[in-house]
Amino acid sequence: MADAAAKTDPTEAMIASLSKPEATWAAPAREDALARLRTMGLPQRRDEYWKYTRPDTLTQTVAPEAKLLAAEEVPMFDGAERLQIVFVDGVYDEEASDDLSLEGVTIERLAAADSDLHWAKNLYGVLEARGQTPVARPLAALNTAFATDGVLIHVTGKPSKPINMIYHRKSEGSDAILHHCIKLDAGAEVTVLENGAAAARFNKVMEVEVADGASFHHIRTQGRDHERRAATHIFARLGTNSAFRSFTMTVNGVLTRNDCVIELTGDDAIANVAGACVGDGDFHHDDTVFITHDAVNCQSRQVFKKVLRNGATGVFQGKILVKEGAQKTDGYQISQSLLLDGDSQFLAKPELEIYADDVACSHGSTSGAIDEDALFYLRSRGVPHAEATDMLTLSFLAEAVEEIDDEGLREEMTERLGAWLQRRRD
Amino acid sequence: MLSIKNLQVKLEDEDKQILKGVDLEVEAGKVHAIMGPNGSGKSTLSYVLSGKDGYEVTDGSAELEGEDLLDMEPEERAAAGLFLAFQYPVEIPGVGNMTFLRTAVNAQRKARGEEEMSAAEFLKVVRARAKELKIDADMLKRPVNMGFSGGEKKRNEILQMAMLEPKMCILDETDSGLDVDAMKLVAEGVNALRSEGRGFLVITHYQRLLDHIKPDVVHIMANGRIVKTGGPELALEVENNGYADILAEVV
Repeated sequence: MADAAAKTDPTEAMIASLSKPEATWAAPAREDALARLRTMGLPQRRDEYWKYTRPDTLTQTVAPEAKLLAAEEVPMFDGAERLQIVFVDGVYDEEASDDLSLEGVTIERLAAADSDLHWAKNLYGVLEARGQTPVARPLAALNTAFATDGVLIHVTGKPSKPINMIYHRKSEGSDAILHHCIKLDAGAEVTVLENGAAAARFNKVMEVEVADGASFHHIRTQGRDHERRAATHIFARLGTNSAFRSFTMTVNGVLTRNDCVIELTGDDAIANVAGACVGDGDFHHDDTVFITHDAVNCQSRQVFKKVLRNGATGVFQGKILVKEGAQKTDGYQISQSLLLDGDSQFLAKPELEIYADDVACSHGSTSGAIDEDALFYLRSRGVPHAEATDMLTLSFLAEAVEEIDDEGLREEMTERLGAWLQRRRD
Repeated sequence: MLSIKNLQVKLEDEDKQILKGVDLEVEAGKVHAIMGPNGSGKSTLSYVLSGKDGYEVTDGSAELEGEDLLDMEPEERAAAGLFLAFQYPVEIPGVGNMTFLRTAVNAQRKARGEEEMSAAEFLKVVRARAKELKIDADMLKRPVNMGFSGGEKKRNEILQMAMLEPKMCILDETDSGLDVDAMKLVAEGVNALRSEGRGFLVITHYQRLLDHIKPDVVHIMANGRIVKTGGPELALEVENNGYADILAEVV
């Protein structure tokens, strides 16, 4: 019966193609996720939130191959004091990783956490399940059901250095599913860095519980292998007076879909989500953000900037939902694209849904070309056309990069974006 | 230095002739002023010389030290030694003023086959020049012209001029939007750059700027042509009697 269904139904075919992880404390959560996935089915083009991004290559059973990028460059965050956790094609690499002990935090591998009373039992698949309504996110349910690796990070204090997940890719056909759970106790603070191309096809979920007064910083770059594909989800829940800040830089990648689902459940919390991306050719980049305000006096910001050329496509679907009683909400959303030629396109769907009467929410979305007056101004000072265009491109991205609190990381991002532009010029 | 002969220019998009045969010679070491009523073509002349898009040269020539300006890209004109101080300097968010200045200085040096300025050397020079123009450290760090007052923007133009050390400087309505104190400061900055090897073309509506930047030659422009040329006294004539008398006399 199951085999017959697998032949005709893509969801069943996908389920049949994946091997069930070993039964541990996470088994019930995985069973629930599998049931959710079966009910929802894998994403299809006709789904409301997949209109602009074709899900086919993310839902076919075999990952399309992706050539490895032969580039010699200094890896991201190199030289920064950090705790490194390395994955190769989605598998934890103990040898390349640092010792996981660090004051103020406990870090375990998902695959190795075998206690039946594990804290992650209350988080693994929990925020993902909450994030399935009102919009279904089947790839995240698939992840919860089948992820075999990832890390469980319990932040009890203020660790002295950031935790850096590094995703190497060494295979042209790797299909990786990783699931991380991060729990911040009241008043705790942590910075999580992520970088690397990860896999030919990468499905990643990160669930983040930010308790009262805690602060979570997240900076990631998604490797610039041109043919790689990624579907990532962040699910976060914020307590009173807590803060969540996430910035993503994406350069290249034939397909990237980043979902970010945040619930502000405690008063006076802050959520900032930002992204800067640059791509050309068949580059397709989709940011889908859903922020729910369910408490008083919370702030949220969404700042997304995309630079597109040679036929590249950028997508932004951003929603602010203000529930009844979430008074004094301050919601801000901006998504902008810089189209460097007439072939590229930006598809934006900003949404506001407000059920409280004392709120301030604003949103804006624009597409534009390089400002000719500014370009002439720079050229009249002797800056050549191509270099002047790059300066104005960086200037366009600056508003998103400014969302990074840490000055050093902010400068590194600007340098990387500049280097990408420079490479395109050479 | 700057040699303009029978320059005729029309707007690219419309069949509208703006300059109808401008002849002008600016010698090294001299300050020439162009005065004229609104719509006479003064700003168009400055844009055409610096290479802005949207204009079509239908006849005539413009040379800088014998080099054909009209054949060059804007950045090539800059590297050749031409500088335009904008009437409305452009705001550029996200690009630090200092970064912008250094990129410009080094791009020009590179184009001329000269050695680029080191970060340390640049910093030393820019600080000294900025101090003379009463530009504080904060203005140097801020994004280009962002949140600058009218006076600060114009001082920033003069700072760029001082750093780029051009041969031929064109100032387009540099006095517009300035109060007397700000104008004095800008004029002092310009005067400090006057030298034997450098020519100036000062475009202005009013005589008052010329009280502070003393011109050697004054031209009156009207209807796309230079209609009268004289000494500094011509500017005073305009101040006292307006353009009407002069134009009536010419026609």
